[in-house]
Amino acid sequence: MDPECARLLPALCAVLADPRQPVADDTCLEKLLDWFKAVTEAGSSLLLLQEHPCLVELLFHVLKPQDLSSRILSFALRLAGIFAAQENCFQFLQQGELLPGLFGEPGPLGAAAWAAPSVRSGWIQGLHSLAQHPSALRFLADSGAVDTIFSLQGDPSLFVASAAGQLLVRVLDLALRGPAEGRVCPQAWDWPACARKVVCHLEDCLRSEATPRVTQALHVLTTTFGHCRGLWTQGLWARLSPLVARLLEKDPVPAPHALVDLLLGVARSPVLSSDPGLWETAAQALSRLSPTQAGPLAAGILKLQDCPQALRIQAFSILLQPLAHVLEATAQAPGTPRLLEGAAGDLMAVDTFPPSRSACVGLLCSALAHLELLQPLVGVARPASALAAGPAAGTDAPSPPQPQRPSPWPQAPLLAAVVTILRFCNGSAAPSSEAGGRLCAMLVGCVRVQRAALDFLGVLSQGLGPQELVTQVFAILLEYLVSPDSSPTVLKKAFQATLRWLLSSATPPGCCDLEPYAQLVLGELLAVLQKRLCSPCWEVRDSGLEFLTQMTRHWGGQGSFRQALLGSEVPELTRQLLQDPESYVRASAVAAVGQLSSWGLLTAPSSPEHPAVPQKTPLEELLLVLTTDSEGFPRRAVMRVFTEWLRDGYADVAEDPEQSVAPVLRAASRDLDWEVRVQGLELALVFLEQLLGPRGPSTAAPPGALTQALQALCRVQLFEFAFRSLFDCDRPVAQKSCDLLLFLKAKATPSGSQQEVGDGPNVASVEAALRRWQAGEQGQPLGELAPEAVLAVLRSMDLEALRDTLAESSDHVERSPQSLLQDMLATVGVLGDNEADCY
Amino acid sequence: LKLYRKRHPTLPCNVLKFKSTTIMLDCGLDMTSTLNFLPLPLVQSPRLSNLPGWSLKDGNAFLDKELKECSGHVFVDSVPEFCLPETELIDLSTVDVILISNYHCMMALPYITEHTGFMGTVYATEPTVQIGRLLMEELVNFIERVPKAQSASLWKNKDIQRRCYTMQEVNSLVGYSQKIELFGAVQVTPLSSGYALGSSNWIIQSHYEKVSYVSGSSLLTTHPQPMDQASLKNSDVLILTGLTQIPTANPDSMVGEFCSNLALTVRNGGNVLVPCYPSGVIYDLLECLYQYIDSAGLSSIPFYFISPVANSSLEFSQIFAEWLCHNKQTKVYLPEPPFPHAELIQTNKLKHYPSIHGDFSNDFRQPCVVFTGHPSLRFGDVVHFMELWGKSSLNTVIFTEPDFSYLEALAPYQPLAMKCIYCPIDTRLNFIQVSKLLKEVQPLHVVCPEQYTQPPPAQSHRMDLMVDCQPPAMSYRRAEVLALPFKRRYEKIEIMPELADSLVPMEIKPGISLATVSAVLHTKDNKHVLQPPPRPAQPTGGKKRKRASDDIPDCKVLKPLLSGSIPVDQFVQTLEKHGFSDIKVEDTAKGHIVLLQEAETLIQIEEDSTHIICDDDEVLRVRLRDLVLKFLQKF
Repeated sequence: MDPECARLLPALCAVLADPRQPVADDTCLEKLLDWFKAVTEAGSSLLLLQEHPCLVELLFHVLKPQDLSSRILSFALRLAGIFAAQENCFQFLQQGELLPGLFGEPGPLGAAAWAAPSVRSGWIQGLHSLAQHPSALRFLADSGAVDTIFSLQGDPSLFVASAAGQLLVRVLDLALRGPAEGRVCPQAWDWPACARKVVCHLEDCLRSEATPRVTQALHVLTTTFGHCRGLWTQGLWARLSPLVARLLEKDPVPAPHALVDLLLGVARSPVLSSDPGLWETAAQALSRLSPTQAGPLAAGILKLQDCPQALRIQAFSILLQPLAHVLEATAQAPGTPRLLEGAAGDLMAVDTFPPSRSACVGLLCSALAHLELLQPLVGVARPASALAAGPAAGTDAPSPPQPQRPSPWPQAPLLAAVVTILRFCNGSAAPSSEAGGRLCAMLVGCVRVQRAALDFLGVLSQGLGPQELVTQVFAILLEYLVSPDSSPTVLKKAFQATLRWLLSSATPPGCCDLEPYAQLVLGELLAVLQKRLCSPCWEVRDSGLEFLTQMTRHWGGQGSFRQALLGSEVPELTRQLLQDPESYVRASAVAAVGQLSSWGLLTAPSSPEHPAVPQKTPLEELLLVLTTDSEGFPRRAVMRVFTEWLRDGYADVAEDPEQSVAPVLRAASRDLDWEVRVQGLELALVFLEQLLGPRGPSTAAPPGALTQALQALCRVQLFEFAFRSLFDCDRPVAQKSCDLLLFLKAKATPSGSQQEVGDGPNVASVEAALRRWQAGEQGQPLGELAPEAVLAVLRSMDLEALRDTLAESSDHVERSPQSLLQDMLATVGVLGDNEADCY
Repeated sequence: LKLYRKRHPTLPCNVLKFKSTTIMLDCGLDMTSTLNFLPLPLVQSPRLSNLPGWSLKDGNAFLDKELKECSGHVFVDSVPEFCLPETELIDLSTVDVILISNYHCMMALPYITEHTGFMGTVYATEPTVQIGRLLMEELVNFIERVPKAQSASLWKNKDIQRRCYTMQEVNSLVGYSQKIELFGAVQVTPLSSGYALGSSNWIIQSHYEKVSYVSGSSLLTTHPQPMDQASLKNSDVLILTGLTQIPTANPDSMVGEFCSNLALTVRNGGNVLVPCYPSGVIYDLLECLYQYIDSAGLSSIPFYFISPVANSSLEFSQIFAEWLCHNKQTKVYLPEPPFPHAELIQTNKLKHYPSIHGDFSNDFRQPCVVFTGHPSLRFGDVVHFMELWGKSSLNTVIFTEPDFSYLEALAPYQPLAMKCIYCPIDTRLNFIQVSKLLKEVQPLHVVCPEQYTQPPPAQSHRMDLMVDCQPPAMSYRRAEVLALPFKRRYEKIEIMPELADSLVPMEIKPGISLATVSAVLHTKDNKHVLQPPPRPAQPTGGKKRKRASDDIPDCKVLKPLLSGSIPVDQFVQTLEKHGFSDIKVEDTAKGHIVLLQEAETLIQIEEDSTHIICDDDEVLRVRLRDLVLKFLQKF
């Protein structure tokens, strides 16, 4: 502890102990506890208490019957716990009977203060911190605290109840970790009394008819198996798993969500997952829980690295069931692809969707979301025989096992099912049964399902399907894109899915040419896009432009795409959208114009009324946006486009980079938006790289090139921009500028070379201007700068130190413990003056 | 209580017989018949006049002057005619009142008021009457300004269609929630229905029964006052008509589609034609465009609204502030015009003309957007623009009115190069909204046209496109008479104060008292009053008095009324106490039979009657009767 803090501490303790003083807010107390925790972790708590008796006095003071606020009481309980975490300090506090006073019957437990949830929470957290050593365990057992924790599990405050559960886990871990260490699997009779008590309590809860009690026990067990990896957990699971399995026999199954969490927690535990009984329980759970409840369990099982193949198949069929039902609902002929064959398929016929619309929608959406996460997993499955042999067979694999996508992956029926769902949602599917009719009525116009299905459809593009189905996929995507009823969010998803399918239909994979069928689709797509770009809804215009940008990025150089695009009105409409009233749309239009023109797809607009008026080039148009647009987004977008153009050597810019960059930098340097200024500096950096070579381990530029480059940089007035930015009130701008100047410095003065200091140029005026800027006077211009002067200034500046200062967060001064103590004292006026910062 | 169904559901014409009154609910005019006629061009159209005549397969050409063929369709070359209200089902002169729910549902009114002997009253709100009059005026104007040499008659075999009427007056204005007494029998009240300016649903109620008539209602936030749902609660019967004609088209999406296509066409140098009625959705479209044109860069594009009543329609909309939605009402207090089309007119972005002749031809500039009638494309200025712009694929016609099939409307213009976009904007209730409404207002019975109780034929799998309520809705077909599913059980009768004073109620059980009344029931104007009976006639008297007593009904001395029930066990005990033995009790479906075997007597006790059946032993009967009466109360 630094001396200044040590000096302030007694005063602070006095303030905290004084009920008449207004208590500092909770945040301050939390920060104080964090600080004490850090201090005790770094050294001895006992020493701390001995050096600062005021702390012990504060704790004793709390014990006295008085009108202390509940938050100070809570603070003291937590503070005592932090100190008592070290065994010698625990003994020290025990000697003074302080701990029984705080945590036992005589303490707040029996007092009126116990009614405040914060006190109960502080009591639990204090014990949680304290429970680190065998003495603590004895204390807990002797003081009767365990019974209090049991009762707090049902506390009306959720925070308290949850913390009580966590404390039980801590107690179990502490009790069982010690004696069991080194043994294979400790038997129950070896367990300490405290552990036996907790386990008996958990058993009682699991046998209880009251669902909240069952839920509490399941939560405790889930946390235990999730966090504790000791071998003792095997014994605990062996003892409790029959009770858990018995829960599954009840009708309805109590606390299904908590049960699923527990089973997944156990399955993920490396210590427990080898228990074959676990897989039986999981299989039973899959068959006993409703499809909605079993979904998360099934998805969790499929993401496990290792589990029996039979269970994986069962879990996968649970996820496929809702989609299989959708397919059944429209199956016209027996030849239709089925998702589930055999027993699972027949089972599904009886097991229909939930009757309520919201439950049905929820089930479908979660099934789609789970399957969406499975598709991208590694597709190579182990041979079925190896999987059937059980988890042990997997250990032979040379590489560590990865979660795998279920195999065989029913790509074609899944595609058919998703297309059918989308058809149900837009009312175009023809149900073949009464159940199908009900499904149709429930799904028509349901935006949630549409979004989930389109997301999944997009993911399915990673695998191919029969041509007939791919045709159907494009057809339904076009229907959604064309339909006026598609909501803006659905439309965005439809655009994204279409792009993914177009990308996947490139032949051969990786080639940028479109398949003939996709080329046919393209024509219709552009017609839709044309209309969507005129939509009165800005979100629609925006997603249309984003789609166009992406398409152009991929196929801008491809003949059939160019032809189709140039034959449409899309480029012209895109140019018009630079004037859109919505700033997001203008930003997207800027990106689209940038992309179109870099592929030469932005033809000069035809203006039949004024053929003589020369049209602006895209470069001029974007510059106009940068200098005149009132919103930040379009201006940022312009900067990104210019940077990309310069980096990729876009023709108009490459012709005369200096001429193109100069006005952009000028505009960016004056911009009020800090992101635009940062991007301006990024553009400057790219420009520098093109002049002096790429960034890398100090490769100095040849002197001739350097001089030329510096002259060019002076002409585009980069230095005024960069030097000003060094003192920008927005830290990212200053950091970027610092990086830029450091890069230039490295290029100009390679390591080892000593520049002659001799009669260098007079840089006094420049340095004076820099000092004024640093002081906050921004008015002073830098004037004409010579390359030599720039170099001299660069050499004289300690840019590395500046970079380090900037790297520290802006509140590093205010975050110090000293500042915290001063603040707390200042709020009650102990310091006398108000010199503390006001944060 | 009977309901006569006369027209199709979106142009309803129903007749309700309720408590001796005959009420016609709406009087819509079915104009779809005009689609069978050739358009009436304002300017001589060589294309239309040179269409070939149509002859029968056997070569008989007697109709070739009247029927013309165009792109495989046959049209009547004559003044368009409309389907008349049906007169077979009911004698229209017996109709007491006609209640109008909105201006689209009154277009057949002149046919009823002029040709049927109808003598009753027509009730409607003021905007309904004013705008309805505008619609009629426009219709008459469209047809009368292009007189055809003669009207064709050979092509039809029955006079089921009639030429358009001439202008008539409509009477009796009402305001929302205003209660109107009809002959003292029923009370009718209009409620806001949220569909159009002044549109209303009607409550028809007596003291004990309530019938709600819901026609053309909307829950969307458009320009009219929002729909009053609360007042529809506690209805015995809710008659549901005038739902959206295009349940699959969401009005918001259609407005978006309308704007996108309009902008796309105009930006491309093309013209946009919007066939529409002069009032209604056009106000909302103009408001959308007001917000949209600047953002879409269309500020320089002129918008033309051409109708003989364009000016009146735009002005009327601004003066009916009390009938508008809250937002628009508050503007009036600023004071600002409630609709933004005033600003469009001020800034010259929207111009309106009575017809294409005159000023319009001087101002006309292309590309432009033209709103004009008639949506059937058979008459009105729209015919001219179809002929003018139909040949260019740059132009677009956008259909927003849902009343006519756009393909049929376009048939006489084929082949057509201009683009056609169908964006039907129908803000009336859809089936999801109906379900919510019915759950909210919970009527005992719902009655609706048969079409609403099953999915549309073209989409038979869409179970969501039908009225779904419990108990299931009762349906009726065209020209069907339906007895509404409740019987009137009560009638309100007033008691004169002096008669009420003379009553002596007797409490028969806590909270319930009864009294017998002897009075004269006096009925006049469907109101019933109990008056004190006249004093009994004097046995002797002069001629005058005797004559007076002739009018007085005979007042017989009434037997006392009995009430209460007979507890069988106690009754048997009483019988035993009075010396009867060998008593046997049998339970029957309606009560009990007490058998006095020795006396060969049967006492049949039921809920509302007791019979003593004995073999001609009057003494015994009277004894038993008295024993029975001991258990009952008399008053």
